[in-house]
Amino acid sequence: MRMRTVEISVGAFVLAGILALVFLAVQVSGVSLRESEESYTVTARFDDVSGLRVRSKVSMAGVTIGRVRDIAVDTEWGDAIVYLEIFGAPGSLTADTSAQVLTEGILGARYISLAPGADEEMLDEGDEITETQGALVLENLIGEFLTNLGD
Amino acid sequence: MLDLLRGLGVRFLNWLEALGRASFLWVNAMAGLPRWTDVGLVIKQIYNVGFLSLVIIVLSAFSIGAVIALQFYTQLARFGAQDAVGLGLALVVLRELGPVVTALLFAGRAGSALTAEIGLMKTTEQLSSMEMMGVDPLRRIVAPRIWAGIISVPTLTLIFNMVAVFGGFIVAVEWLGADPGGFWSGMQDVVELWEDLGKGMLKSVAFAVLVTWVAVFQGYDSPPTAEGMSMATTRTVVISSVLILASDFLLTLVLYGDF
Repeated sequence: MRMRTVEISVGAFVLAGILALVFLAVQVSGVSLRESEESYTVTARFDDVSGLRVRSKVSMAGVTIGRVRDIAVDTEWGDAIVYLEIFGAPGSLTADTSAQVLTEGILGARYISLAPGADEEMLDEGDEITETQGALVLENLIGEFLTNLGD
Repeated sequence: MLDLLRGLGVRFLNWLEALGRASFLWVNAMAGLPRWTDVGLVIKQIYNVGFLSLVIIVLSAFSIGAVIALQFYTQLARFGAQDAVGLGLALVVLRELGPVVTALLFAGRAGSALTAEIGLMKTTEQLSSMEMMGVDPLRRIVAPRIWAGIISVPTLTLIFNMVAVFGGFIVAVEWLGADPGGFWSGMQDVVELWEDLGKGMLKSVAFAVLVTWVAVFQGYDSPPTAEGMSMATTRTVVISSVLILASDFLLTLVLYGDF
């Protein structure tokens, strides 16, 4: 009888651990089934992506529609190639979609904002977004301002 | 001068010898696959070191989660960034405080008890009589306790993390009036399953091995006197606490270091 209560207690203990794991995975780290869902990748070239990180948000009209999957640099042209993972099936973005690196919140987290165009063609897996605007770097802006001031 | 050097040398050699004995103890206890007949022993030990530690873990976790939420809230409210309370709390707890505080509490609550128990078995010559009967005390006494620690500490850490987040939620949202949507979504945006929870749990397993190893060795190696046992119990808590904190820094460097 004594052994039985011990076993029941240990069972409850382990069950509590498993429940805690599920809680932490679902509620705290927000694991969603979305990752196993369909997604496709498009690329975009920016002249500057300072502050942008892998897994940063890709949003349209403030709604998250994807993540930054990878960031590479093209040393020949001196610009950054960003791989955007867009949730859902290809065919949701027009071919003339424009992308912009913006800043969010006081901590200055960078994200990519997409704005749709009017083209009939749609972006497919591996296509490139041509209309882009990179991050605004404060030092560059001040430098430009000072140069203009001197003229 | 020479005496001083000689003394240092002797102390170092003694320390090295103890480390060697501890390693032999661990290897001999853990060598060989765990037998199915030992499962009952492990369950009994999980009850002793895990289940009976639940109360202290839950109470500490709740208080720590609550106080972190309170501190974050008052500071972040100055910038109007109360929504960041959730993610700050989750990151601090999952990455550091959960594994470390659980292991420290475990060392104090269960590690010292392990040392005292094994030390008393040795003092009353139960271990020697087991050997006489042809039962290996390492497999019968030491191994189940180490396994129980390795299972219990991560489980306790999971429970600690959950309760701490819950405690923070109560304070930040229910009491101070932060927005629950911002609390949870900020958390879910930033916290990664492997990067934060997984690596935290990895630390917790490492701490479990350290604490149980120190506790079991100190008990097994304690002089069979009342004074020796009290010293061994104290040493268990001191050594495992220092080891936890030092190895936490190293583990953080290895797991999160960017180089």
